[in-house]
Amino acid sequence: MVGVDDMNRLISYFKTFALWELFRGLSVTQRNFFRKPVTLEYPEEKTPQSARFRGLHALRRYPNGEERCIACKLCEAVCPALAITIESDVSNDGTRRTTRYDIDLFKCIYCGFCEEACPVDAIVETRIHEYHMERPGENIMTKDKLLAIGDKYDAMISADKAADAKYR
Amino acid sequence: MSDDVVNIEVDGKPVVAKKGQMVIAVTDQIGAYIPRFCYHEKLSIAANCRMCLVEIEKAPKPMPACATPVGEGMKIFTRSPKAIAAQKATMEFLLINHPLDCPICDQGGECELQDLAMGYGRDVSRYQDRKRVVKDKDIGPLVSTDMTRCIHCTRCVRFGEEVTGMPQLGTTSRGENMQISTYVEMSIDHELSANIIDLCPVGALNNKPYRYSARAWEMMQHETIAPHDCVGSNMYAHVLRGTVKRIVPRPNEAINETWLSDRDRFSYEGIYSPDRLKKPQLRENGAWRDIEWDAALDKVATVLGAAAPGKTGMLASPVSTLEEAHLLSRLATHLQTANIDHRLSRADFSGQDSDPIFPWLGCDIAALEGQDAVFVAGCNIRHEAPILAHRLRKASLRGAKVSFANRVRYQHHFAVDAYVEGAGLVALLAGVAMAAADGKELPKSVATVCKGIRPSAEQQRVAQSLREGKHSLVLLGNMATRHAAYSVLRALAACIADFTGAKLGNLSEGPNAAGLHLAGVLPHRGQAGKQRNSAGLNASTMLDAELDALLLLNLEPDADVAAAADAVAKIGKQKFVVALTAFDSGSLRACTDLLLPIGTFAETSGTYVNVAGTWQSFAGIASPVGESRPAWKVLRVIGNLLHATGFDYMSGEEVRDELAAQIGAITPDNSLLDTRVHAAANGMDAAIEVDVPLYSVDGLVRRAAALQLTPAARRAAGEGK
Repeated sequence: MVGVDDMNRLISYFKTFALWELFRGLSVTQRNFFRKPVTLEYPEEKTPQSARFRGLHALRRYPNGEERCIACKLCEAVCPALAITIESDVSNDGTRRTTRYDIDLFKCIYCGFCEEACPVDAIVETRIHEYHMERPGENIMTKDKLLAIGDKYDAMISADKAADAKYR
Repeated sequence: MSDDVVNIEVDGKPVVAKKGQMVIAVTDQIGAYIPRFCYHEKLSIAANCRMCLVEIEKAPKPMPACATPVGEGMKIFTRSPKAIAAQKATMEFLLINHPLDCPICDQGGECELQDLAMGYGRDVSRYQDRKRVVKDKDIGPLVSTDMTRCIHCTRCVRFGEEVTGMPQLGTTSRGENMQISTYVEMSIDHELSANIIDLCPVGALNNKPYRYSARAWEMMQHETIAPHDCVGSNMYAHVLRGTVKRIVPRPNEAINETWLSDRDRFSYEGIYSPDRLKKPQLRENGAWRDIEWDAALDKVATVLGAAAPGKTGMLASPVSTLEEAHLLSRLATHLQTANIDHRLSRADFSGQDSDPIFPWLGCDIAALEGQDAVFVAGCNIRHEAPILAHRLRKASLRGAKVSFANRVRYQHHFAVDAYVEGAGLVALLAGVAMAAADGKELPKSVATVCKGIRPSAEQQRVAQSLREGKHSLVLLGNMATRHAAYSVLRALAACIADFTGAKLGNLSEGPNAAGLHLAGVLPHRGQAGKQRNSAGLNASTMLDAELDALLLLNLEPDADVAAAADAVAKIGKQKFVVALTAFDSGSLRACTDLLLPIGTFAETSGTYVNVAGTWQSFAGIASPVGESRPAWKVLRVIGNLLHATGFDYMSGEEVRDELAAQIGAITPDNSLLDTRVHAAANGMDAAIEVDVPLYSVDGLVRRAAALQLTPAARRAAGEGK
């Protein structure tokens, strides 16, 4: 008598010679060959982003040009990665201001807690995610750099905040 | 059960309380916390914040726990719905006018109102009307004000009335218009004034030099000891990334209670003064240049090694720690010299052999307020030791008779029983001695001095108060120590104490004069007061001698050496002068050849022995400024380079323990052993007593910017107002 095992072995033997696995694989290729492609031509093409995207940080100003940050250090306290370092002092006009505001981008985990903690919406995480460093030390975002980003992308940041405002 | 206790019940638990105690004191003892703003255990009871309302059985309304004395069978509920509702309602009223500026308020994170608002505040305010805004007052360079934040607990007002004795802050108007202010526009002017910063439960009164520079939660709190007066107040230094940001008091009932003098609190600013010496400096051919530590230490070793025995001198200021003192003293022994001293401002060394082993207050600091009569001679005690002045004030308020003898009448913040005032301290004390003797024969040593002196009514009064007091004390201050006839003053004081049955005490200069005495930084005595075979040169004669090498520790010749007005010129004449100093000053550059930067009290570990003989050690807490190093390490390396034996200490504690073992147990004793017969008083009072201004006592204080702006400092500098 021919057993079940012998039968399976025989089928497998024929399949090997008929290139069955190859045709099965090619059928996947064929199916996808005529589908609309899902990949994007980055950087020419980009995926859509949420207004809540958490990328590069920025420090904002009020419309009159006054810095928003009041050096309360709540972002520094809440930062789980200890990426923020702040030094503060009395400014020339008697208000509380930072003399140093550093974010170490290597330490930052982009959790957005700093943004949540800020009582004056000064520190924000923008949608910018395309940046690089070439030399050691460039990973430290100083106060001037952060303010410059805030100034440059003010329109985008304001629009994002406005879009998200109704959920807050 | 005795009559003075009552049985009460707190939250269902039976408690035994003392009769007359307030409810809040009892609940604090057993750890049942009741929220409060105006209550403070060191101040009187005002009961005006209403935060401590608790439910008491059979009382129709919630009662303020701070102002309700306990009664037999009283049942108190601190957490009942009625009590909580009352507390929440109070909190809602307090928050009506309180601004929501916690993010920029320095009190944020350590604020009593903020903390309690977490527990008792509503999350949304129901208040719709306009909030009150109050103009900030300028009350001086030490305390910043944000009066809109004030909740009118009046702790600061009560502090002024009850502790400083000078009500400089007060309330004006009532209800919503109530304001805390100085009545007329002025700076608060008191040596303990900055304690209102700690008392203020909100951010209305805050630390001005510290303003906006750090947050309470990010600083490390380190224990340390105040480095300016002989009290050795306990304090905490708050340090952020190696920098001292502020100083707050550390409660110690035996020493400073919960207070801290302004001098101790704000002198830390001097640590970061631009005057700090950052690198060793060497003078070569008249010009100064930077030098590496290695080369500098080699230079010191070469100079000290080459000096002939007995041709080396060492001067340390009383700011030096016990460890530094011990190493300096051992170094002197190794170099076979006894020319070592720390009594920089003393003028009369004639009785030094009979000095007590260390200057001692005569009693514990806390016992000062238990005296019945105190006679303080040659001492502006509010300048010399503000904390001791406060203890004397407490004694005076208790009914003790405190009297003074001084050249001029200093302002005191308590009732002075008698003020013996006049040009010559010797004559003043002689009068008191005559009155104390009351016709009995005076001891030979002072008989000539007192001859022909008739005690005035005031002097009689002093003697009588000392005689009548069960615990009475005669205290000699620093002005007496600096006096040209100190040994006569001491003999007179001892005579007064003897006749009246009073104890004799001494104040000392700097934070560690007692420690320097014990460590043997004296020309006539070694460690633990052991007499040297032959006495070396003292602080005064050392300057006139011709030495091969002179080592200065922690001192500035123009300001710290009071005895010689021409100290700079005299030191400059010595062959080679090395200064271990934290500060780079013109006077040091004018007279020294080598400057070695050392750390201040915050940058070195050390031990101070206070005037009551208490040893208090502290650790180095701040990062060193520039290349400064702890002085004990510098002295240790100099010892190594000179191949002195036993200089291989690994830590400051090792140095201290070695000295402690050598000293053993010492019973302080102020009884006078000097039996010399003093000549008549005539001419002895020629020298005017030197009163060192409050904020000029040492290099650190002289460079504390905020302290130098205070009315006291400006008066001393002759700027009026």
